[in-house]
Amino acid sequence: MIRDMMGRIYRNFKGEILVLPGRTLALLVGLAIFIAPLLTRDIYILRIITLTSIFAVFAASWDLLSGFVGQLNLGHALFFGVAAYTSAMLNLYLKLPPLLTIPLGAIAAVAAGLAIGIPCLRLKGQYLSLATLAFPIILKGVVYIFKQYTGGELGVSGISRLAGSRLAECYIALLLGVSLCLLIWKITDSKLGLIFHAIREDEIAARASGINTTAYKLLAFCLSGLFAGIAGGFYAHYMRLAGPSMLDVMLSFQAIIWTIFGGIATVYGAVTGVVILFPLMEVMRAFPEIRMLFFAVTIVIVLRFMPEGVAPWFLDRVEKECPRCKERNAFTRRNCRVCRTLLIAGKEVSAGTEGQTGHPTD
Amino acid sequence: MLANILVTTLVNAAAYAMLAVGFSLIFGVGRIINLAHTAYYMLAGFSIYTLVATAGCPAAPAVLLTIALITVIAVLCYKLLIDPMREHETTVLIITIALALVFQELMLKYFGGQFRSVPSLARGFFVILGVQVTRQHALTCMVLVLILGAVWLLLQKTRLGLAIRATAQDKEVANLMGMDVSRIAAITAAISAALAATAGALVAPLNILEPHMWLHPLTIILAIVVLGGLGSIKGSILGAVIIALSESLVIFLLPQGSFLKGAFSLLIMIIVLLIRPEGLFGVALEGER
Repeated sequence: MIRDMMGRIYRNFKGEILVLPGRTLALLVGLAIFIAPLLTRDIYILRIITLTSIFAVFAASWDLLSGFVGQLNLGHALFFGVAAYTSAMLNLYLKLPPLLTIPLGAIAAVAAGLAIGIPCLRLKGQYLSLATLAFPIILKGVVYIFKQYTGGELGVSGISRLAGSRLAECYIALLLGVSLCLLIWKITDSKLGLIFHAIREDEIAARASGINTTAYKLLAFCLSGLFAGIAGGFYAHYMRLAGPSMLDVMLSFQAIIWTIFGGIATVYGAVTGVVILFPLMEVMRAFPEIRMLFFAVTIVIVLRFMPEGVAPWFLDRVEKECPRCKERNAFTRRNCRVCRTLLIAGKEVSAGTEGQTGHPTD
Repeated sequence: MLANILVTTLVNAAAYAMLAVGFSLIFGVGRIINLAHTAYYMLAGFSIYTLVATAGCPAAPAVLLTIALITVIAVLCYKLLIDPMREHETTVLIITIALALVFQELMLKYFGGQFRSVPSLARGFFVILGVQVTRQHALTCMVLVLILGAVWLLLQKTRLGLAIRATAQDKEVANLMGMDVSRIAAITAAISAALAATAGALVAPLNILEPHMWLHPLTIILAIVVLGGLGSIKGSILGAVIIALSESLVIFLLPQGSFLKGAFSLLIMIIVLLIRPEGLFGVALEGER
């Protein structure tokens, strides 16, 4: 019985993960990140891992709204900042524990999503993006006015820690990051994700097919706000600070940069972007003078040659899509692992293989 | 007080209008949201600073040299980095942010982060209706208005202007009518950068110069452009006047106003958008899906 189950798990593992180089690599990197804190205990490395997982959720939540639904949000820091300030102030003034303040902060971010979603959904395309850019800046002005509660430029500090040790915090962040990113991925893979895709590709056609696009776009705003809010509250408790930099234009741009660098409209792309760029930038703190320059130049050069992002570029190199059944295959295979169609399109078309009609699409 | 508000409004409105018109032009023709637009403005400020304060160049050639230099840089960036990426809208967005960051960091590296001021290009002041107006303010305002007029004439009266407007309206049809769309887009990028550079060169002596100075005008011109209607020149100019007026009112009339100037302009933008989702003079882009 148990052996049976183990066997099934092993077969699934072999059939779903090991056959695809991209997934294998992701698994290996993930395992390495999980083991690393046990090996080093270096506070600096723990900090990088913790922040990477928090920002991975943040970037993935941007991808959910902007990549999948196509509502390009240039003010994503709003959700992060609202949740961070809510958690911090609830914790400081009402003495609530982080276990309560983080969900409450996330709920506040959902409310913020509704508050900007309802008026902004009258806007289309670039108008929407540019209007969303405004909200965090407006809120930042408000934060500066109510100095006595928000601490002005210094922010709300002295809030309680998440857990006793840095190691525990690191593992909480890792588990939270992995599970939330998987959850976002599942959402985008579900029927809901299909509707989101449809809205992005052609909103009028989606509406004509009986999809209430306004409701779904609002739902996307709320979901995205929820995940970004969890990340924001978590970040506030980890840094023990909620400051105006969390509402900064640059933070919104960071989420966009990470996601597009990794590959937009693929949750794994957003995570890849953060996992590559965030630690890289932390290492570059050793060279503060050229840090930002290096960052910007890297992005320009990489995107110049991989306009779709790093993750899709890499996957296109190591995996091939079967022209007939659209399953992905490792680049080493000659035949599709599911339907046996010949994969090397155009080179040799043998008589026995039907279904060679379509070329692999990207 | 009132006079101060008026003078500040006029100068800011002229500068914002220059920036917003350039931004609008390249958006209209290339559908490019160029977030590096105000970085050209910042670069022009530093170029004027180097030429006038360090190299001791007289004002007029310094301004012309600056405009030429910035335009060349902008066209190179456009041709090498932005034009090949045009299909990927979001990638263009990121590349332009990254470009702005590159310029910011280069300026930080060579000039440092301290606040600088550029010596006035024209000294002295005169009095109109009992208000002191420095010659620099008057000069800036006049030149900017003249250039805006020239751009207006260029767009309305010349064949190039017609081609630019046609491309902005419908790229494919313009292409079918025998216009070289990519060349027109490059020319528009050059005009747009030249406008930003002019604004930077003329406004630099009125403002403090530092490498982060592109971010605030960027949010403001985004507000202006959205307020006036994306791609509309008339809208950009009107939007610039509205935003500049609201900004100076907030600064002069509210306590702690300078914290709020950005927030207030953006609030106005959102209110206008809620009433008219395509901005004041925007064309609803319904054909584009």
